Order: sequence, then structure tokens, then C-alpha cells
Amino acid sequence: MDTSKRAKQEYDQMVKKASPNSPIFTNCLKAFFSGGLICGFGQLLLDYFSKTNSQEDAALLVSVTLIAISAILTGFGLYEKLGKHCGAGTIIPITGFANSVVSPAIEFKKEGLIFGTGAKMFILAGPVIVYGTFTSMIVGLIYYFVGR
Amino acid sequence: MVSFLKAFLVGGLLCVIGQILIDKTKLTSGRILVIYVCLGCILGGFGIYQPLKDFAGAGATVPLTGFGYRLADGVMKEVDSSGVLGIFTGGMKAAAGGVTAAVVFAFLVALVANPKEK
Amino acid sequence: MGVKKIGKQTVRLSEGVRILAAASTVSKKEGEGPLGKYFDKIVEDSTFGEKSWELAESRFIRENMELVVQKAGLKMNDMDYLLCGDLLNQCTASTFGIMDFQIPFFGLYGACSTMGESMCLGAMLIDGGFANHTLVGASSHFCGAEKQFRAPLSLGNQRPPSATWTVTGDGAVVLGKKGNFPCITEITTGKIMDMGVTDANNMGAAMAPAAVDVLINNFQDTGRKPQDYDVIATGDLGEIGRGLVVDLMKKEGFTMDGRFTDCGIEIFDKNTQDTHSGGSGCACSAVTFCAHFYPRLMSGEIGSMLFIPTGALLSTTSSQQGQNIPGIAHGVVIEGCGEKEDK
Repeated sequence: MDTSKRAKQEYDQMVKKASPNSPIFTNCLKAFFSGGLICGFGQLLLDYFSKTNSQEDAALLVSVTLIAISAILTGFGLYEKLGKHCGAGTIIPITGFANSVVSPAIEFKKEGLIFGTGAKMFILAGPVIVYGTFTSMIVGLIYYFVGR
Repeated sequence: MVSFLKAFLVGGLLCVIGQILIDKTKLTSGRILVIYVCLGCILGGFGIYQPLKDFAGAGATVPLTGFGYRLADGVMKEVDSSGVLGIFTGGMKAAAGGVTAAVVFAFLVALVANPKEK
Repeated sequence: MGVKKIGKQTVRLSEGVRILAAASTVSKKEGEGPLGKYFDKIVEDSTFGEKSWELAESRFIRENMELVVQKAGLKMNDMDYLLCGDLLNQCTASTFGIMDFQIPFFGLYGACSTMGESMCLGAMLIDGGFANHTLVGASSHFCGAEKQFRAPLSLGNQRPPSATWTVTGDGAVVLGKKGNFPCITEITTGKIMDMGVTDANNMGAAMAPAAVDVLINNFQDTGRKPQDYDVIATGDLGEIGRGLVVDLMKKEGFTMDGRFTDCGIEIFDKNTQDTHSGGSGCACSAVTFCAHFYPRLMSGEIGSMLFIPTGALLSTTSSQQGQNIPGIAHGVVIEGCGEKEDK
């Protein structure tokens, strides 16, 4: 079989043609409604918590509540069922972040609580924290010298 | 009710952008989350995210860009109050609640739950 | 060139090696598929009562190997060699599955082509006069494979349409010298083929060129054409990979018709089982051969078949370092019971 560079390029085209695209329109529609609903639910919580707390505390309480709900759903194996249909709608909200922490924590439990759950908990969330922290430092640095 | 609709609309749209990224660029969910946090942090630093948050409330804070925004907001406030050290402490301080909640709940759930087949 | 070698990549066994028995043990999802009623054993709980997915896979291997030896009317001690492999790191599922048998063992890694690799080598051992009986097989486990190669099971992500579904189970056959059984006559060993595919969610595309290479070489070396076989079955290319093979073969001047199927397409119903492009994993070709093709070879319904398990050679490390995903495939020519007098 021809394995020249040209044949590889041709094959790449064949593969692209043969592989069906994700149904992007329906996926987006589902992501919009599911993601929107999670955020809307967050807003209801925010309105509720704002009655008795400062705005900042209320926002934190919303996050903690959503994270807790997501963790429980993940524990029962329900969040992945939602995720299968909702896609980004359940990845982008903070519940998706919680799911990415909880799911490896459960999956790698068999390798022990230290090197399994403890270490693998961060395989997906670790990068988020690393790059989030790093970016925040840069923002802080710029703000310190030019922003104020 | 208006605040619910605003949150629904903005939060939904932020998710749609993520969905397009997933389907068009084959980025995995882990990379999308990183991109969203960094983007939220940068937009927060430029003061662009604040108006979105004022408009949409939870629609802007619940998506992971909101987490990034909170990091930026925290670091800037900390720089205001404690100077250069705030660059180091501000981000993590602002993220502390969310990260701690995620870690603690993950650990507790992992203690009782077992992996399930799809 | 060895005396049994015909052409570039094919060997013809002097006596032919008989497949004395075949057995398949699968999990619930495979049992619900189109081949459900043909499997020897269906285990409802894919943990198989074990503590982890990895131990469960070992148990699939152990029980299925015991079953196939029993079906052949032999004892485990009659086996001169055991050859098998799986997808877990360093093939530990096989190690812990077959350890207690205490039989000389060659552990194999051919990714999802392992069933082909083990059948080829097992047959060669017998034809070379090194063994009277060999026990060969391959296994995989959906949950173990997801955990190792992709993402934790409870992570809420979407599988793209080109993705395949790893088959949970073990397929094994006992090879021997004599009797009126389906007969391995020729072996076409594949080369590693890299056509530049990097998408780990499109394994069919990564493996199709390797299958094509085996097909072309088999036809060249034996002088046959696709229509000389009653069935040509690749391992786990799925719908997309099968289509690519048909297209690539057309370019090479061969027409692949309805005789050409893929185990990954046979094992699941993609409309009702949500498996997208099809089944995959070592067990895909292994259990499909044992449950679907072997009985038909045995009855003479299939006169001759070319069985080509296919594998994608990647690890999480190679993938994260940006390497391509090369493919491998091995061709096994098997003659059914009906036409043996010709040889």
C-alpha cells in the first residue's frame, strides 16, 4: 500500500469525508437549554441567598450548593447521563468542574485513598487550578504596576 | 423572573460557545475548562466581565468563566488592600471556597460511591 | 525464505491446524446485541463479583479459558502453550487471569488485533512441531479500557459519532492437529501502518490502512481475489473503518462486496445500543469469531474465511506526546468443515 506523503494527505481527506460530523445544531440547542437552566437555577439560589447574605457570600453559597448537587449526582452515576446529552451545557457550569473532580476521585478509588482518590482527583481539575492561578497572578502583576 | 431569564440566556450562550469549540476543534472537556477559566480571568482583569456579571448574575458567575473572573477580581482587590503580596494571595483566596467545596465533596462521595458501568 | 513461506507476508501451514473448540464469555451489553444468543456465557454484572474492573477482566479470561478447554474435551494440562493478551498496561489482566493454570505462557500485545496474533502464533507452534495443543485468546473490558485510555466513567462527556465501544469479554480457541474441525491453512502477518491519523476517537480510520495492507498482501501472495472467500471479516473497524477499507481497496483495484464485514459492526446494533461506529477492543474480534463465525465454519455454511483482527497501537503517553496512531492487522485463512477434502 502506498504510504507516501501524498497518499497520507489523500487518506486524511478520505477520513474527513467518511467520518460523520457531530450533530452540532442539536448539540448546541441542548447545551443552550441545559446550561441555561443550570445558570437560571443558580440565579434563583442567588436571589434566595442574597436575602440574608452579602452579595459576595451569596455568590459563594451558590457555587458551594451547585458543587454539592453535582457531586451527589456524580456519585449516583447520574451526571454522566446528563452529560451525554447536554455536552457543554453540563461541562461549562461550575457543576461540570465539580464533576471533573468527583469522577476520577471515584474511579481511581481502587488504587487507594492516597495515590488513587487523593492524587487522581486533580487529573482534570489540576490544570484548571494551575492555569487559573497563574493567569490571576499575571492579572495581579499587571494591575499592581499599571492598573491602579 | 427577569433575573432568571437573563441568567438563562447568558449562561446558555456561554455553553453554546463551549459546545461549538468541542464539536469543531475536538478539544477535550479538560482543555475547554482551562480555556474558560483563563478567559474569564483575563476578561475580568480588563474589566470586561464585570458588566456581564452585573447584567446576568448567575448566568455569568456559574459558568467556569465566572470562576476565572472571581480569581481576577480577588487578586485585584487584594492588591488594593495589601499591595504586592496580594498578587500571590488574592487569586487563591477568592478561589478557596469553590476549590475546597469541590475537593471535600469529591472525597466524601468517593468514600461511599463506587464506579458504575455506563 | 522459509519453506512454508509463500510470497512476501504469507505462510502456508503444511498440515493445517484445526480449531478444536471456541468459547466466548461476554457482559450484559454484548448479550443484548444481535449475537446475544450465540455467546457461551453472559455475565450480567460486568464486575463479575470482583473488586475492580481489572480483576473482573482476569476472571473473564480465567473462566472462559476453562470453558473452552472443557468444550474441546481436554484438560488444561493437555495444553502445551497458552498465548493471549489484553489492553491493560503490561497485559496484567492476562497475567492474573491465567496464572493459576501453570501452563507455558507467551503474553502478547497486538492491541485489538491480539486474537489474530495469538491464533497465528498458536497455529505456527503446532505446525512447526513444537506443540500438540495450544490455547489462544484475547480479552478486553469496557470499563477498564475507558479508565486507562479515556476518562473516568462518571465524567459527563460526549462521545463523537466516530467513537467505538470497547467489548467486555473474552474469546478463546483450542488449536490442535487432528479431527474434522475448521482448519487454519494460511497466515498473513501484518506490518505496522501509519497513515497519519491522530484522532483517538476515530480508531476505525487509524486501523483501516493496516487491514488493507493485509488484504492486498494476502491476495498477492495467494493469487486469490476477495470473491474467493465466503467471508472476509476485519476486527473492529466499525462502520467508518469498513467504509474506508472498501474505498482504499477500490483504489487498489479490488471490489469488496457484501462478503466483507467487520466484527465491530456485527456485535452491536448501533441504532438501539448507542455504540456509534461499532464495537472495538481485543474481545470484539475474539468473541465475534468464537460465537458467530466458528459455528458456521463448523457446520460448513462458511467454506473459507479470511479473518483479520485489527489493532490501533497507541498509549496515553504516545497520544499525549502527539504521536500518530499506527495500526496493525493479522490475517488468518480458515477453511470450514465442508471443503476440506480439496487440500
